[in-house]
Amino acid sequence: MTAFLTAGIIRTALEVGLIYSLVALSLFMSYSILNICDLSTDGCYTLGSAVGAVLTIAGHPILGIFAAMLAGVCSGYVTAFLQTRLGVESILAGIIVNTGLYTVNLAVMGFSSNLSIFGTETIFSLFQGISGSAFWQDWSSLILLALLLLLTASVLRLFLSTRLGLSIRATGDSPAMVRASSINPAFTITVGLCAANSLTALAGSLIGQYNKSSDINLGIGMVTIALASLVIGETIFGRKKMTMRILGVVIGSCLYRLVIAVALRLKAPTEAFKLVSALIVAFAIAAPRAKELLSFERKRRRAMRERRRERGEGHA
Amino acid sequence: MLRIESISKTFYPGTVNERRALDRLSLILPDGDFAAIVGSNGAGKSTLFNAIAGSFLTDSGFIELDGEDITFRPEHLRSREIGRLFQDPLMGTAPHMSIEENLSVAYLRASGSRYSFFSRVGKREKERFREQLSLLNMGLEERMDQPVGLLSGGQRQALTLLMATMVTPKLLLLDEHTAALDPATAEKVLLLTENIIRERKISCLMITHNMNQALSLGNRTLMMNRGTVVLDVSGEERAGMTVQDLLDRFAGNAGREFNNDRILLSAFPKGSMREEAERGERGREERRGGEEP
Repeated sequence: MTAFLTAGIIRTALEVGLIYSLVALSLFMSYSILNICDLSTDGCYTLGSAVGAVLTIAGHPILGIFAAMLAGVCSGYVTAFLQTRLGVESILAGIIVNTGLYTVNLAVMGFSSNLSIFGTETIFSLFQGISGSAFWQDWSSLILLALLLLLTASVLRLFLSTRLGLSIRATGDSPAMVRASSINPAFTITVGLCAANSLTALAGSLIGQYNKSSDINLGIGMVTIALASLVIGETIFGRKKMTMRILGVVIGSCLYRLVIAVALRLKAPTEAFKLVSALIVAFAIAAPRAKELLSFERKRRRAMRERRRERGEGHA
Repeated sequence: MLRIESISKTFYPGTVNERRALDRLSLILPDGDFAAIVGSNGAGKSTLFNAIAGSFLTDSGFIELDGEDITFRPEHLRSREIGRLFQDPLMGTAPHMSIEENLSVAYLRASGSRYSFFSRVGKREKERFREQLSLLNMGLEERMDQPVGLLSGGQRQALTLLMATMVTPKLLLLDEHTAALDPATAEKVLLLTENIIRERKISCLMITHNMNQALSLGNRTLMMNRGTVVLDVSGEERAGMTVQDLLDRFAGNAGREFNNDRILLSAFPKGSMREEAERGERGREERRGGEEP
């Protein structure tokens, strides 16, 4: 087993999984809680990585993280503005913003389609520099990411039980109730999407510094990958307790990356991954309905059989 | 005090579907008044509630609550002071949030500063929720962690009532809030409603299709027809009224008979007519359910 999956491979899978889990948490916020499909995720992820990379190259890796989150907030605000104030369909609003972000991202990167970070410190190299021990050299990135995730997940958990957080949850859960209570859905949707997109951009800026590069096509398919993680997490941990749900999203994302790592070791073609994630999401989301149809069909068959038997006996 | 001055609302103006739902309706509801509203289908009862709650803006006229003009105030700001219950028990609560979380939303919305976005519900409030839930006598205080979606319609409606009155509203709008419940539960919820309204002296408007309720509940009966109030009785005049009087007065005022089966049937509470109608309605519902794929 150790030969098949080395510590290094598992570590890398967990590191990337933790970064991706931020995007999954973002979708948890918009898709699971607010019940909105925010398709600007792809663009926002790239935006985060572009902003983060530009500032890291300029020598400000930590500022880069916060600037990327701020950029994510702006992107989320535009998406929310389109759907709450201007009446654009929520899915369409995401697509529009996503398209617009492509140009914005190019502009951020100085109209080049990729950037490389070299010669300057990243938050990972800064953190790694704390100690010279061999263990620290290997594991510092994972520890840093785990701490970041712990912080983010705790803040998210606390936020969701504040008045504003509860209002956001109610907005996604029962639009009718929201209308009758003094919650302004336009406001809660805006706050929710801003928070969600700041997480997406945070993930983007982290992956940028992690890979020491940023690419204009980095975010393609990110929505589906994150949704796959989300679905895996919710399948394993259920949808009951909020803390468990958040934890499930993070673990789901790590599991997803581990699966990918195994697939890579088995020399599965990397081109197939997006199709596989798409299939996972499609199956997982369609599963409840499919189960329903199957059980209905079974019931129908049984009823038909019984009727036939009764009629048969009647004739005899 | 609620003061409505000559409000009108026309839906789909300028089209073939144009419909005048409210027609220069005026109404004054002094503090502590509890008025039952009856009227045919399409008389404008729910439209009146929507206008008061701010689901849409009226075409003309104005609405005042406690001396403040709320005619153009957005719905979510009005709902700080106006509690509302709908006929559908699913509409007042969030199904995937726990009982405690639902109560927290209701509690936090109206208490404290308007901008205390990050306030949370503490131990003391939770104790308070538990106490209030125990007053409902439904055992909900032991299930505070469960999602509301698991509760029955009656329990959800009782919870909604608790949420709407958690912080005493200046006005409570009840839109046939017991109509979708079975008779025993409906009675329980109604009793609860009466108690809360009486204890806290909440001004209340209640739409009902039950003529007996219209005369027995509260201290005032209003009758609506074609978007306006055609009958407004209270005090001794109301005390001496029978259901038949009410029906006659309606015919006299509106110049036509009641067009609503449910009202007419509820007017004769223990008659065979009602049972038959209920059976009919159930049958209809079953048929309707059967058609669905």
